[in-house]
Amino acid sequence: MLFPVYWMVNVSLTRTGDMRADPPHWFPRNPTFAGYADVLRDQIPALTTSLGIGLGCVALTLAVAAPAAYSLARLRPRSVGAVGFLLLVAQMIPSVVMAIGFYAVYVRLGWLNSVWGLILADSTIAVPFGVMVLTAFMSGIPAELLQAARIDGAGTWRTFVSVVLPLSRNALLTVSLFAFLWAWSDFVFASTLSRNADAIPITLGIYQYIGNNTTEWNSIMATAVVASVPAAVLLVIAQRFVAGGVVAGAVKD
Amino acid sequence: METTTTTAPQAAGSGSQASGPAEPSARRRGGRTAQERSVRWAGRAFLAPLLVYLLAFYAYPLFRNVDLSLHEYTVRSFVQGGAEFTGLANYRDVIGADAFVPALRNTLVFTFVSIAAQYAIGLALAVFFRNGFRLSGLLRGMFLVPWLLPLIVSGSTWSWMLNSDNGIVNSVLEAFGIGQINWLTDPGWALTSVIIANIWLGIPFNLVILYSGLQNIPDELYEAAALDGASAWQQFRRVTFPLLRPVSAITLLLGLVYTLKVVDVIWIMTTGGPGTSSTTLAVWSYREAFGTGLPDFSPAATAGNLLIFLALAFGLLYIRLEGRARRGDPS
Repeated sequence: MLFPVYWMVNVSLTRTGDMRADPPHWFPRNPTFAGYADVLRDQIPALTTSLGIGLGCVALTLAVAAPAAYSLARLRPRSVGAVGFLLLVAQMIPSVVMAIGFYAVYVRLGWLNSVWGLILADSTIAVPFGVMVLTAFMSGIPAELLQAARIDGAGTWRTFVSVVLPLSRNALLTVSLFAFLWAWSDFVFASTLSRNADAIPITLGIYQYIGNNTTEWNSIMATAVVASVPAAVLLVIAQRFVAGGVVAGAVKD
Repeated sequence: METTTTTAPQAAGSGSQASGPAEPSARRRGGRTAQERSVRWAGRAFLAPLLVYLLAFYAYPLFRNVDLSLHEYTVRSFVQGGAEFTGLANYRDVIGADAFVPALRNTLVFTFVSIAAQYAIGLALAVFFRNGFRLSGLLRGMFLVPWLLPLIVSGSTWSWMLNSDNGIVNSVLEAFGIGQINWLTDPGWALTSVIIANIWLGIPFNLVILYSGLQNIPDELYEAAALDGASAWQQFRRVTFPLLRPVSAITLLLGLVYTLKVVDVIWIMTTGGPGTSSTTLAVWSYREAFGTGLPDFSPAATAGNLLIFLALAFGLLYIRLEGRARRGDPS
């Protein structure tokens, strides 16, 4: 399972001259950091753009999903079933259909090639997931805690902010993690809504790299390694509660 | 939308949500306490952003796609409006195109082979990890890595590994005496290549969900089965598999929904080619709209909409079969 990852690192350290070796070298014999130097030279702006898009997506996803999940889980409006169904259908819409729709709208509004446009589009990947995970989690908060808050005079908003949100920390972190990673790794929206921009995200940076040079695979793979670092870091930090959070959302219905 | 659902006569003003937090005196009015009403209003208010969001970012793009598929849009009319209404002509064109049947077949093969393999491998790994052992947590964590890598990264890594001249895969096969396979450039192998990469990508998701499903099966059942002399395989067939059913169902359904619409892996590795040998409906739609220099949004939207129909049809069929199986199954 990890072999492709190893291979990516291996190639990123291989000299261009050794790239076409037959058979390929199983480990970098003459390791070079030239690929990484290229990344530092070329891709810093793209990495920064992706960071901004990722964080923007997290903020937007949480702002929409958390209150909705609280409502669905604890306040139980009459439309609970309908909203659940809408979320399921929303996930069935292919991203390419969404991309065409967004393109059509953005062309009119002049939002193409903008970071904001990408944040909005990318957030659609995580919002249904976020609502599902958070709803499942918030349903599990003991009712006594919420009643206690009410008796102490807290209104719905106070209860939400001071009781429900802190208790849902793990679920919120899980959703944030995935919202960030999905936005970070999005390719379809980036390649359709931000094609000629100065500010391109890193996925498109890699794609254009591949298109422009097919010989410098060490640079391409070095960019790939660098682009994977956030995933690796977040995985290490978040390992513990991520699995639980995902499962809570997926299995409970 | 707000007042129609209450049958009791309402005092004037449905705008009473302005009264804010629950009044402690449970004053009765219209058969409901003030507190209940306040909670109901809060429920709607908290849900409102999501509904607005769904309308703006799902419903409207979807509507726009249907609109595109029913008109003959050119690059110009796309920006300025005024495209000719052509009814279902786009659907006739797309379904009648030579590439349609292969694309449909590719979509189905890609989806079902991917899901079946991801599920089988994910389940095997989940069973393997079920009884935690030293370092199993760490090892399990490593299995999640493919899931978290950006698709462009995994896609380009796989292209490089499957490269015909000096890719590592061919070089290993050669050591076993198997001749060179042109994974990405041979029409007979391109679909297989993207399926292999996609299976690799989907295993972590299956592993995570199935593993946690296994955690909920009580150990006593296995102990009892072992006492009755059940072999490992019998335990799997009689205990694990049936009890894992609901979790398996949701895993497969989500897998179906996600896999049908995959564009990126295929696009990055083969751009749907050579020819149309690895073109699925999603890739077709993407290529028409964005893949060439000349965007042709009407057929793209049409292919996309057909894909939605397909997803809905399979989703409903699946839910129905699943429901029937569950009813027929006394456990």
